[in-house]
Amino acid sequence: MSAHPSTTATLDQAPPAAPSAAAVTPDARISLRGHLRHTGALVRRNLLWIRQDPESMFDAVLFPVVFTLLFVYVFGGSIGQSLGGGQQAYVQYVVPGLMAMMGMNMAQGVGTGFNQDFNSGVMDRFRSLPIGRGSVLFAKIAVELLRMLFATVVLLVVALLVGFDITDWGGLLASVGLSAVFGSALMWVFLTLGVIMKSAQSVQAMGFLVLMPLQFGSSIFAPTQSMPGWLQGFTDYNPLSSLADTARGLMVGGPVAHDLWVTLAWSVALTAVMAPVAIHKFRTKS
Amino acid sequence: MKRIHDDPSGAGRAVSVRGLVKHYGETKALDGVDLDVREGTVMGVLGPNGAGKTTLVRILSTLITPDAGRATVAGYDVMGQPRQLRRVIGLTGQYASVDEKLPGWENLYLIGRLLDLSRKEARSRADELLERFSLTEAARRPAGTYSGGMRRRLDLAASMIGRPAVLFLDEPTTGLDPRTRNEVWDEVQRMVGDGVTVLLTTQYMEEAEQLATELTVVDRGKVIAGGGIEELKAKVGGRTLRVRPADPLHLRPLAAFLDELGITGLASTTVDAERGAVLVPILSDEQLTAVVGAVTARGITLASITTELPSLDEVFLSLTGHRASAPQDATPADTREEAAV
Repeated sequence: MSAHPSTTATLDQAPPAAPSAAAVTPDARISLRGHLRHTGALVRRNLLWIRQDPESMFDAVLFPVVFTLLFVYVFGGSIGQSLGGGQQAYVQYVVPGLMAMMGMNMAQGVGTGFNQDFNSGVMDRFRSLPIGRGSVLFAKIAVELLRMLFATVVLLVVALLVGFDITDWGGLLASVGLSAVFGSALMWVFLTLGVIMKSAQSVQAMGFLVLMPLQFGSSIFAPTQSMPGWLQGFTDYNPLSSLADTARGLMVGGPVAHDLWVTLAWSVALTAVMAPVAIHKFRTKS
Repeated sequence: MKRIHDDPSGAGRAVSVRGLVKHYGETKALDGVDLDVREGTVMGVLGPNGAGKTTLVRILSTLITPDAGRATVAGYDVMGQPRQLRRVIGLTGQYASVDEKLPGWENLYLIGRLLDLSRKEARSRADELLERFSLTEAARRPAGTYSGGMRRRLDLAASMIGRPAVLFLDEPTTGLDPRTRNEVWDEVQRMVGDGVTVLLTTQYMEEAEQLATELTVVDRGKVIAGGGIEELKAKVGGRTLRVRPADPLHLRPLAAFLDELGITGLASTTVDAERGAVLVPILSDEQLTAVVGAVTARGITLASITTELPSLDEVFLSLTGHRASAPQDATPADTREEAAV
């Protein structure tokens, strides 16, 4: 975000009393460039938060380390056997699942931080400024995606250390991309919760309650074949199963097409429904 | 209010409010408010907690929409032209609306960028305003480490980035100690000197007198009085003179002496035995001079003599015949706990 020559040179000629006049169209709609500038400024703000409070990155570092080690060494042996291998077979199974989970894990945190903003007066100031209401939300999502990428790199390092064997690096990139797409779709859900719920704690509790059954009731950690029939009915339609299976297919080989389309459809649908809801709730919050 | 006439253009008026209504369930936060603020003046909106002051400011700064009525700021309609309106206002909320995790400089730079200043302009504006609000040394420290007064000054600086035509200050000194409060008053007066129109809400008559040229008194969502400060002061009985004799034994004789003195228009005194003072309601500087002169001539040694403005409660009592809706909130600023975290 460092300073390179301004992209808004036309503004310099604007009279001091209306420094922004050149950036607005006659009916005061905000131009695309304006939206990008506002979102960029807010991304900078959220990145400065991390610099000020590096501990906020702990979860992004610890989550992949703890989850990988926990699952590989606690469950890896026994689940691996049923996969027809051993612990190593489970590593090949679970790492793509964990990779797929990164986006959604970051999504959970986005609502919490957003909610905290409302309890200070900062949001009032933002909402009294001539910026697009969505900018504040887009910036939040952009920063969480950066955190997700960071967590993914950490996960990859740990995964390689426990012997993960990537057969397709292009597939790896594709699955990180997919995780980000699905994660950002989910972030709109949590941003909405962050706007409408009263305290950061309740947002966090809600996120946990929603995501926990979805994560474990999916094919992320274990194959669903051994689950009872009624649960399989749930896991088959759980988008997290599709996401995890796609990641698996992309990274270590296997069928991809069907699950990929299901995951993309979920992402598009969630975004199409929840992004307008989140922006509307944000705009009208009193 | 006197200045209400149906001129739809709103010429010469920075803020124009007609029949503004906002209900929250059963609570009538605003129940038909009319208000005008002329360009370049300071309007004080005085009232107790829950009178609707904050609701008014939030509607005028487009944070919430009214249920009924009309309001324009700098000629822009709060409902129809919110985007244009946001370009010409500054807002300092009741609780410091700065990002506590960001350094002071970054707070101002951020607002500059959000107001579409170029990077260069935003940088120099941040430097300039930090300097002006005496925050240059703290520029790189997170705002969370600032004292209450510094945070409020940063808040004011942030409101000034866009060189607003109209500035809304919602209880700018609530929760500040007296010294800090004076600093904030000085800053507000300087901004007014720059030609900004200000609408400020307050619970303190003293603050209104310091800053406002005109006053609107609100209670339970309604305007109950309005006009020039002097006009209102005359209406509510002006100041009270607190005369404390050096010898407590002189207390009652002094009160009796002043009551019998016969200074024109002087109301009868009361004795505050607890604090050893005689309270004399005065309406003019002439009366003040006459009282001091008489006491001196009588040869009574005084420990102190101070003038006090009527409290919000007394203002309400004389305007409405009832006490302010939330009397516990009418205590002076310096006895309140730091509310702005």
